Amino acid sequence: MTVPLAEIMLAVLWLGLTAYVLFGGADFGGGVWDLVAGGAEAGRRQRALVEHSIGPIWEADHVWLIFVIVLMWTGIPSVFAAVASTMYIPLTLAALGIIGRGAAFAFRKVSTELWQRRLFGAAFAFSSVATPFFLGTVAGGLASGRVPPGIAEGDLVGSWLNPTSLLAGALAVTSAAYLAAVYLTRDAHRGGASDLVDGFRRRALGCGIVVGLLSAAGLIVLRLDAPVLFTELTSGRALPLLVLSVAAGLASLVLLWRRAYLAVRVTAALAVAGLLWGWGVAQYPVLLPGVTLDRAAATDSVLAATLGALAVGALLLVPSLWWLYATFQRGEAGPRS
Amino acid sequence: MLTPALIAAAPADLAAARTQMALSLGWHIIVACLGVGMPAITLIAEWRGHRTGDVHYRLLARRWARAMGVLFAVGAVSGTILSFEMGLLWPGLMGVYGEVIGLPFALEGIAFFIEAIFLGVYLYAWDRLPPRAHLLTGVPIVLAGVASAFFVVTANAWMQHPTGFAAEGGRVVAVNPWAAMFNPATPPQTTHMILAAFMVAGFAMASVYAVAMLRGRRDRYHRLGLLLPLTVAAVVTPVQIGVGDWAARFVAENQPVKLAAMEGVFETGRAVPLHVGGVVIDDELRYALAIPYGLSLLAHGNPDAEIMGLDEVPRADRPPVNVVHWGFQIMVGCGLALLGLAAWLGLAWARRRDLPRSRWFLRASALSGLAAVLALEAGWVVTEVGRQPWIVYGVQRTADAVNPAPGLVWGFVLVSVVYAVLTAATVYVLRRLARDEPVPVAPQERDVTGYRVV
Ligand code: HDD
Ligand code: HEM
Ligand code: HEM
Repeated sequence: MTVPLAEIMLAVLWLGLTAYVLFGGADFGGGVWDLVAGGAEAGRRQRALVEHSIGPIWEADHVWLIFVIVLMWTGIPSVFAAVASTMYIPLTLAALGIIGRGAAFAFRKVSTELWQRRLFGAAFAFSSVATPFFLGTVAGGLASGRVPPGIAEGDLVGSWLNPTSLLAGALAVTSAAYLAAVYLTRDAHRGGASDLVDGFRRRALGCGIVVGLLSAAGLIVLRLDAPVLFTELTSGRALPLLVLSVAAGLASLVLLWRRAYLAVRVTAALAVAGLLWGWGVAQYPVLLPGVTLDRAAATDSVLAATLGALAVGALLLVPSLWWLYATFQRGEAGPRS
Repeated sequence: MLTPALIAAAPADLAAARTQMALSLGWHIIVACLGVGMPAITLIAEWRGHRTGDVHYRLLARRWARAMGVLFAVGAVSGTILSFEMGLLWPGLMGVYGEVIGLPFALEGIAFFIEAIFLGVYLYAWDRLPPRAHLLTGVPIVLAGVASAFFVVTANAWMQHPTGFAAEGGRVVAVNPWAAMFNPATPPQTTHMILAAFMVAGFAMASVYAVAMLRGRRDRYHRLGLLLPLTVAAVVTPVQIGVGDWAARFVAENQPVKLAAMEGVFETGRAVPLHVGGVVIDDELRYALAIPYGLSLLAHGNPDAEIMGLDEVPRADRPPVNVVHWGFQIMVGCGLALLGLAAWLGLAWARRRDLPRSRWFLRASALSGLAAVLALEAGWVVTEVGRQPWIVYGVQRTADAVNPAPGLVWGFVLVSVVYAVLTAATVYVLRRLARDEPVPVAPQERDVTGYRVV
């Protein structure tokens, strides 16, 4: 029996991507809420909650992105090269957004004067919107088959400025904001700040509806723009995942309405993950137009060594990550206001 | 597997890509060194504070931890940019050889996770954990920092000494990822790099307190702030000089063209002198001080050993000699100067159990951080520019690896502006951190808990 190393690698990569969307995405979403929190005084407690929730974990959450990039160039090097070279404009912009977000967040934490906190806060919040948007446009370009194999063979602008990409960008920003609102509701609840709880609950509900509408619109756009993917999603093997995503999304709205703040974390994550895996399954095994996984995968020795190393690493990582989240989910809670 | 079709990039775009890579690497490496060295030095301070109950040590540890919070954040984002740039700028390299160097990067990813996780706990749970447990949470940060430096440099070592793969017609057909990772250049390069990280962190941290002492703040807090990191750096320095010699011998054996560029040797010959200073004009090193037999001796341990000259390779295969030669001079110069400083401290300590009394010692210590960073950057210039025109030595040319998409120049302009702003903001914030919430005149009166870490 041969072990399907390439498939396992792809699945691990997709798991990493899911983790990045669910954890890193929520950190970006926190920045979105920071952006719309209002004036310095009015939004102070809301910003403090965001800062308090993200502070200890955002670096670990961010590593998922590096994990995905590295696995791409290790497991499917030619696809990585094709995507990076054709998509270099949105990826450069996303990279700059990542610099702005991380640095400004850390700077704001240690600055004391109002003007500094405002300046760094604005940079943090603005790049929290820009980064997921540009990463989303890249995903849209891939989903609609706009990245051909080879180096810089695709349209440098049209590959990410097109209906699917724009929709995917919008979807990325709103789902990040949605996830963040859901997580923050619970954090505020634990901290006993009932006005913040209500605020984030309302935002989560509103945002959840927007994400649902955008996803529906997305299906229409996909139908026109990427018919093959559309067919797979709506009638092929990806259909169950799509159904799961829709059901989890609807359940989240109900749970939010009924103030079940812990359970809604799970369903909200499932809704977003379902969408992501639906896309993956619908597109598999085609990675780029005319390029299937078995053609693009690295040699077996590389895949085996890397997967083996990751398996050993996971023995260290899983308990550590668990401990990190557990440490900051209990004990001293809520922002000092 | 696919063979990426290569289209030539415009020369301006190639130059922009190289400068952008050098800028972002050169920036990241400084923060990365602090990220490797600072946690260890901070832990020593925390441990001393715990053992002796000396409040100054505990204050220092807290102060350093705050700075670490900022430095790790900028280290993480600047490192992320690098992983993007590997693909954005060098798809020709990554599309073909990405899988060959993928393993160390995957291992590095694990190390980054460990680092980020334990850093979160170390910084944010300081007052929630008992002192001993808190100290222990710092240990994985140190180990993971050293490990990530090791892993990433093995990838660079492979670019200097590519082994562990077989290629056919521009396609990689077989890989032994462990052999690629543990290539012959790995031992000297990784050792040299990790020691450099401790030197940079130690001297740079000491510099801050040397400046404060020059301004008259000579209390115990500032003396310890100078002494502890400076001692760490001073212990590492002599070892580093030895390892540098090992690295140089390795280059002499395996990259003779780079050695010739480092020393400005144009004609192959025996009993070659060591050249100090000088500039290359018209294929000749001028105005240099020559130490007879020096190079043959240092490179091969034999005063009569043969050294290959640049004349043996076509002009197109030579690296820019002046840059490499001066990079090497600067690194060695700074290294020897720092050795002098370390010896000064060691002598004074052996004699009087005290810092040297001279103001010149403080002045030299104040400059030592700068000298260590200069040596670091110069060393990387030697390694990377000396490898040119190859991106993978003897296997792939840099010009064949670059992204052929037009407009890389504009990306470079944008990235430079962002880095300029990032540099200004980082320096400003760190200076603020050093200045605000001044240490109380008599720290005993208020315990360290008044100083929140984050
Ligand atoms: C604090 C930093 C520092 C100091 C004091 C020194 N070096 Fe260094 N050197 C580095 C920091 C560094 C580095 C930046 O870390 C490099 C770049 C690549 C590497 O692995 O280490 C390097 C590279 C490097 C190389 C090139 C290796 C290659 O291309 O593969 C040589 C030959 C030396 N060094 C030799 C020396 C010698 C003879 C020194 C004695 C004075 C010395 N270094 C001091
Ligand atoms: C794993 C570690 C590293 C990798 C994989 C790497 C990779 C690269 C690549 C792809 C390039 C562009 C191609 C070229 O011009 O040769 C480059 C250039 C360069 N790198 Fe590295 N690098 C590494 C470490 C470093 C570090 C830490 C520095 C520190 C400053 C550095 C300094 C430079 C410089 C100065 C150049 C420009 C050389 C030139 O083209 O003139 N490198 N490196
Ligand atoms: C091409 C070269 C390089 C790449 C692609 C790269 C990539 C990265 C990435 C993605 C991070 C962020 C990890 C996080 O979120 O915590 C990072 C941080 C780090 N890098 Fe690099 N790196 C390179 C060169 C180097 C070199 C030569 C060193 C050697 C010392 C180094 C040491 C570190 C360390 C210690 C960190 C931890 C964060 C910190 O200290 O602030 N990196 N690097």
